[in-house]
Amino acid sequence: MTHDEMTALLERIAAHNPVLFPLFSLEFGDAVVGVERGELLATCRDLFDAGFDRLGMVTAVDRGEVFVLVYRLHSRSLSAAIFVKTQVPRHDPWVDTVVDVWPAALWQEREVFDLFGVEFQGHPDLRRILLPEDFVGHPLRKDYDDPRMIRRPDYI
Amino acid sequence: MPMTIESSRPASTPDGTPVEELVVNIGPSHPSTHGVGRVIVHLDGDIVVRAEPVIGYLHRGIEKMAESRTYLQVVPLTDRLDYVGSMYANWSYCRAVERLAGIRVPERAEYLRVIVCELQRIASHMMGIGASAADTGASTFFIYAFDHRERIVELFEELCGARLTYNYVRPGGVSYDAPEGWFDRVTAFTQAFRYGFDELDQLYFGNAIARGRLKGVGVLTPEDAVAWGASGPTARASGVNWDLRKHDPYSVYPRMDFDVVVGERGDAYDRGRCRLFECLESCRIIDQAVAQISGGPVRTEGLRRLIAPKPGEAYDHIESARGSLGIYLVSDGTPKPYRMHVRSPAFCNLALLPMLAEGHTLSDLIVVLGSLDPVFGEVDR
Amino acid sequence: MALVDKVGSAMDTGPGGVVLTSVDALVNWSRGQSLWAFPMGTACCAMELIAASFSKFDFDRLGTFPRPDPRHTDVMILAGTITEKMKPVVKRLYEQMPDPKWVVAMGNCTISGGIFYYDTYSVVRGADEFLPVDVYIAGCPPRPESLQDGIVQLRELVREESISPGRRHERRMLLPRPGDGEHR
Repeated sequence: MTHDEMTALLERIAAHNPVLFPLFSLEFGDAVVGVERGELLATCRDLFDAGFDRLGMVTAVDRGEVFVLVYRLHSRSLSAAIFVKTQVPRHDPWVDTVVDVWPAALWQEREVFDLFGVEFQGHPDLRRILLPEDFVGHPLRKDYDDPRMIRRPDYI
Repeated sequence: MPMTIESSRPASTPDGTPVEELVVNIGPSHPSTHGVGRVIVHLDGDIVVRAEPVIGYLHRGIEKMAESRTYLQVVPLTDRLDYVGSMYANWSYCRAVERLAGIRVPERAEYLRVIVCELQRIASHMMGIGASAADTGASTFFIYAFDHRERIVELFEELCGARLTYNYVRPGGVSYDAPEGWFDRVTAFTQAFRYGFDELDQLYFGNAIARGRLKGVGVLTPEDAVAWGASGPTARASGVNWDLRKHDPYSVYPRMDFDVVVGERGDAYDRGRCRLFECLESCRIIDQAVAQISGGPVRTEGLRRLIAPKPGEAYDHIESARGSLGIYLVSDGTPKPYRMHVRSPAFCNLALLPMLAEGHTLSDLIVVLGSLDPVFGEVDR
Repeated sequence: MALVDKVGSAMDTGPGGVVLTSVDALVNWSRGQSLWAFPMGTACCAMELIAASFSKFDFDRLGTFPRPDPRHTDVMILAGTITEKMKPVVKRLYEQMPDPKWVVAMGNCTISGGIFYYDTYSVVRGADEFLPVDVYIAGCPPRPESLQDGIVQLRELVREESISPGRRHERRMLLPRPGDGEHR
């Protein structure tokens, strides 16, 4: 997919979606589109209809006040990949699940819930997946502290 | 506790016939879960009603550890992700770092990376098919296949000194150049592998017992493969022609002439056989790479030990033995990654297990699990 | 008290001691030559554990034969990282092994946590936090030859065993007391 085609596609999607970040940027070669969390599901459906039939990755980044959720989609028919980002406030982390669009999100969203504590509303089976059921806390948050963790001395 | 019966609770069919549902726990220490996998299986007689994988028994927090190490210090951690094919995570991670920091890689290093990764693909598939063959009782095949793997491990040991955790691919190149005569020994290996290939194929996939056990078991439709994010041989066996080496080409793969092995039926038999025939394509790639490789440095000159990319993020993926292995890196300008995420193909493929195993017998569940070829270091990270 | 202990105690008194030493030598010799292993492989080291039992290295010639059932085995080979989630499982499997039993810690992760010592929230720093380890084999992962050497060294420990409770090797004193290692 060429740059122009991607621009046209994203503008079409942006026409009926409010965007949170600048419309889109080609950061290190991949298109990035940012949306409000309320619009995530609608945007994902639009992108699915536009041909992005595979959900590659769901993850989150702790940015202090907010968690940035990162979805990587790609399409075989368009031979293109796109990042969809949204952000959720730290004190109230929830977002709509995209399991209905791509079942691939089933485990990946559970993982983000497990390690970041982001709640995916509408997820059919939102439980911890990697850590034990009785684990307290969400370890990939930057402020996670655990007495079992030993800080590595900084040799560099 | 290999197999323990936990509880049984009575149920009944719609017409009122009482049915006892049996819950069987397999793992986390069971020889045919390929590591520390655990599956809770709900059985109706011998038929799987529901299989629920329980993972996380090898969750070591590598993503958290990466946040307190420099970019170079993370490379050994990536070795331990997919320990059957360590080179892939090395390479995927290094590509993400190179993309983030704008590091160029010398051509000879790219060729060396392709050669080691294709050798690794053969080694990993030999382990993958062999272990699942041993689950169905074909131990002889496992020993034959492991012999090939052992030869590759010897080649790697000669190259970088380690048998399993290589730490070979580094940002900006590879750690060592190939020793004298190494390429001849690589070619000798591919010849030997080709010579023994038909024997391997016939020994397992030509065997009537294996055919009976594998054919028609755990059929994955191409639609499901795409929707569930399956990749690698698991998806290709269902007829999804998706190989990053071909369709999102990286490194020097565009210069290579090879075919993508695609299956038809998407059952356990096709998944295993796709893996085996991929090894043959890997041999083709290795031979071409050995013929094309030219002299030159194997590492970028003047690369500082502390890589501190400018703030930003990068994602890069390669085709590992299990599928598309991606690394997502976020930099905040310091010499340590702000966040690293591993898009693990084994994790995504294992999510298919409940769907594929449903309706089969308990012994077929083991076959399905083996055909997905999970490596729990990568599933749990 | 098990039957073997009764026999051992009976032999251990008076002139029976000479007989006991001979019986011990015979029993320990046979035990040492066929140490069946429970391959508790969790991570990377399990690959080398498999390699050790295959044709090139051939564990069988030492009489060590991997059995996946803990109830049939004498020595548990712990290969790979043990996480907090896995710890109770390993402990339970160890308890299922019949006495006398030995533990081989293969690889840095089972010795100290190895590369996963720092900055992680889910890794147990060494198997000896909750199991009495007899032989430690360093390496990340150790070569299959190292593992075989470990088994050969384990035979030396087996030689010190006795069927008499009074003369039994005091290895069990090294068992961690309840609560040890729990503070982490």
